[in-house]
Amino acid sequence: MLNPVTDTDGAPFWEYAAQGELRVQACADCGEARFPPRPCCPHCQSFASEWRPVSGRGRVWSYVVPHPPLLPDYAEQAPYNVVVVELEELPRIRLVGNVVSRAGAPLGSLDPRRVRIGARVQVVFCDGLPQWVLS
Amino acid sequence: MAGTGLKDATAIVGIGQTAFAKRLAEDERTLACRAVLAALDDAGIAPGEVDALASYTMEETDEVELAKAVGFGDLTFFSKVGYGGGGSCATVAHLAAAIASGQATVGVAWRSRKRGSGARPWSNTAVQLPTPGQWTRPFGLLRPADEIAMLTRRYMHEYGATRDHLFNVALACRNRANQNPAAVMYERPLTREMYMTSRWISEPLCLFDNCLETDGALACVVVSRERARDCRRTPVYVHSAAQGLPAQHHGMVNYWNDDPLTGPAWTAARHLWKHADFTPEDVDVAQIYDAFTALIPLSLEGYGFCGRGEGGAFTEQGALEIGGRLPVNTGGGGLSEAYVHGFNLINEGVRQLRGSSTAQVPGAATCLVTAGEGVPTSALLLRS
Ligand SMILES: [Zn+2]
Repeated sequence: MLNPVTDTDGAPFWEYAAQGELRVQACADCGEARFPPRPCCPHCQSFASEWRPVSGRGRVWSYVVPHPPLLPDYAEQAPYNVVVVELEELPRIRLVGNVVSRAGAPLGSLDPRRVRIGARVQVVFCDGLPQWVLS
Repeated sequence: MAGTGLKDATAIVGIGQTAFAKRLAEDERTLACRAVLAALDDAGIAPGEVDALASYTMEETDEVELAKAVGFGDLTFFSKVGYGGGGSCATVAHLAAAIASGQATVGVAWRSRKRGSGARPWSNTAVQLPTPGQWTRPFGLLRPADEIAMLTRRYMHEYGATRDHLFNVALACRNRANQNPAAVMYERPLTREMYMTSRWISEPLCLFDNCLETDGALACVVVSRERARDCRRTPVYVHSAAQGLPAQHHGMVNYWNDDPLTGPAWTAARHLWKHADFTPEDVDVAQIYDAFTALIPLSLEGYGFCGRGEGGAFTEQGALEIGGRLPVNTGGGGLSEAYVHGFNLINEGVRQLRGSSTAQVPGAATCLVTAGEGVPTSALLLRS
């Protein structure tokens, strides 16, 4: 599997995820949340940022079901779903992820036919990677 | 006169290409040389007169190698445009700007690519990480098809676009390729049943929603309007040109701005039409970047051929076929002629305005050519 290789801006997201926490970057001056993380606030140009905890509740904005040819680790689990989840309290913050049957379950553990746009999901974590379960 | 100073100031006077195939024996550099020399021969211009070059950042044959191999003169302008297929039309736009502003006199744009027999870019895990792949790749969103399928699903959900609409796109391209002996899909018809029963690549995109994997190279020659009058061929004027990188855009995985379904096409289109003497209604034929079928309805909306959300319905009743409301991709496009990062769309636009396409739109005098949607893009309005 591909592990996230982080950069300076993205590292805190993964550090919180490793602790089982979902946080997003927000401007420490104007308060606007932003994703993906970046050094400067596009609204007020401040370089001060903070990492805001979020509820981890969201809705499926869209999804796909990849089929092989894929990288070997992924081909073994295909077809699986990949979703974009918009966060309940910050609908413009959308995270790519997978809806799985339970925390720690593999990518292909949930029948892709059970995924729908608008479905409510809740974040869980497995080995530092956020996953989503139907709520 | 309002304008960029670019309007009709330059013209494409030569086009060239190699064969297109799943596998060609020669390497990319050799193919590039052949396409460039073919385009110069078409224009009746000697290699020693070339003083400007433009290509894509993903082009592996660099200016130094090309110039040395084919015998260019001293170069005073060279440019490479980023973002893969989004760069196609911008190569011509950069040459047009350089020539119109006196930086150079004879420009060549080219693209050589062995996508058919070479490695898939997405299969190289070393280059897909770290950023911005950290937000998508670990979750198995690996290939361009997966990334665009995500926008396609949302588009279908939001506006009621259907797989039949996507099929209409695939069919129009295939029908034109069936008329084009140079196309990889020449004499290989497509049916609705073939489309609907084909294997999935990334649901909701099936095999026929995806472009070909092709080896091949293409080039074109740009000169000033004045110089164009002395060339061998009827000039095809660069009427308007634009690039587009929208605010808060994120290449390929544009899921994070307020409105992910208004992609870079919308930004490029605003500039393109602002500096044109005609409107979408006056476009006789269009060459619209089609790495994936869904990019065509999205682009039809972006470039103003229909309203927001109407791109799917626009494809009905043969609208994209010869004789329809807007014939598209008359050489077969990336879906059925060749996928060479969209450069074949430029050359086909030129053929239409010369009256020499294998699927000629009678009397075509205006043509829109677009580059990759979903990434920072570019577009050209060509006129005869
Ligand atoms: Zn701010």
